[in-house]
Amino acid sequence: MSQVRVLVGTKKGAFILTSDGARKDWQIDGPYFGGLEIFHMKASPVDANRIYASQCSDWFGQVIQRSNDGGQTWDAVSNKFLYDGETGTHLWYDGTPHPWAFKRIWHLEPSLTCADTVYAGAEDAALFKTTDGGQTWNELKGLRCHPSSTQWNPGAGGMGVHTILLDPSNPLRIYIAISAAGAFRTEDGGETWTPINKGLQSKYMPDPNTEVGFCVHNLAMHPSRPDVLFMQLHWNVMRTDNGGDLWTNVSGNLPTDFGFPIEVHAHEPNTVYVVPIKSDSEHYVHEGKLRVFRSRTGGTDWEPLTNGLPQRDCYVNVLRDAMSVDTLDGCGVYFGTTGGQVYASADGGDSWNTIVQNLPAVLSIEVQTLP
Amino acid sequence: MITPDATISSVRVVLPFHLKNLAKTNSSEVTVEVVGCVTSGSILDALEARYPVLSGTIRDHVTHKRRPLLRFFTCEQDFSHEPPDTLLPPAVASGVEPFLIVGAVAGG
Repeated sequence: MSQVRVLVGTKKGAFILTSDGARKDWQIDGPYFGGLEIFHMKASPVDANRIYASQCSDWFGQVIQRSNDGGQTWDAVSNKFLYDGETGTHLWYDGTPHPWAFKRIWHLEPSLTCADTVYAGAEDAALFKTTDGGQTWNELKGLRCHPSSTQWNPGAGGMGVHTILLDPSNPLRIYIAISAAGAFRTEDGGETWTPINKGLQSKYMPDPNTEVGFCVHNLAMHPSRPDVLFMQLHWNVMRTDNGGDLWTNVSGNLPTDFGFPIEVHAHEPNTVYVVPIKSDSEHYVHEGKLRVFRSRTGGTDWEPLTNGLPQRDCYVNVLRDAMSVDTLDGCGVYFGTTGGQVYASADGGDSWNTIVQNLPAVLSIEVQTLP
Repeated sequence: MITPDATISSVRVVLPFHLKNLAKTNSSEVTVEVVGCVTSGSILDALEARYPVLSGTIRDHVTHKRRPLLRFFTCEQDFSHEPPDTLLPPAVASGVEPFLIVGAVAGG
């Protein structure tokens, strides 16, 4: 019988939640690395027991942990993330040039074909790659050295590469997103990059036709349609059908289109999930109701999913990497909140159950569907 | 290179909780062999050689600058702001006093 393993990164450690295919009874293991931020954890698609975790601390800096046994035991691998060559400057919050400096790894994206190959998205924005299971990391410096990078600026949470999407049909094509530089695409495995932000609109942008400077919060792609991407922009939910060459607004009837995570159903490429929050100034769900919104039409027409979710006095947020799906027949949808709850739906969002409700603030959720 | 007459000191180092866990030691106090002058820099060289996973967690990989929220104490003195080649008191080299790596009291 199939199993599901949910990897939860929190403000104070990592947790691993496991269940059988019914997804009703859950075993909670952890905390691993108790007391330390786990920004992101993700397993290799080709070796389910190989899991990578980004452990961060203001005191001790960045550590990358690796498990070869499904999270039972962990070993630190290299944390040596060195920018390749001169680092130069990007824009600071006040508009002045600011030197590039490594702070942390926001996102780890294991290769679709090799368990030892992983991409790591860094703050300050850069993309690193290992091909030896994390023993060494090398920067794909074409991204950081893009001619526009002197004009990139940080979002409120820093200037990190937070989204990495690997095209399953083309190993040389990768999409990434940076707050607040925008989205980028490479067609040559990371050597060169193209900004893909046409059609995006943000208030107060001095140049509405600028190619960079957008606060993209998250991207999502269904593996069967790698040219179709969905984006949660700062405000606005966007869609492209041409690999990012042009985006259109699909916020439609959402009560608010500010938010962080966006996900696509495992078996329905046109079914998309977002969790809108009230505004850029009030980072909690709208009207005190925790509602996931689902579109079955690839955007524009959205329906609230509320069955099993708190519908009063709720003021949590769901961060950009804190939502994921499984690949079982009834697609499971999972998300974690800044209030420490992890919710699961075993029916594509029609109904929800609370897996665990008193964890530290959830930073990331990734799901593994195991045989 | 270790010259034949180089002094080797067994230095006691006290690690903070999270670094003890990262190094997978049974005790927060470890002993490292320091070749030559006993300074914060040479102690950290020896510590990172014995526990490579600690590299980058106490000081920068390249510049060797101390991470801002860590402090170095020994013999009831704060050596955090001293240059890393500052000679530490003889009690550290003789193993009478430990070298303490302390996480600053900050954060939530």
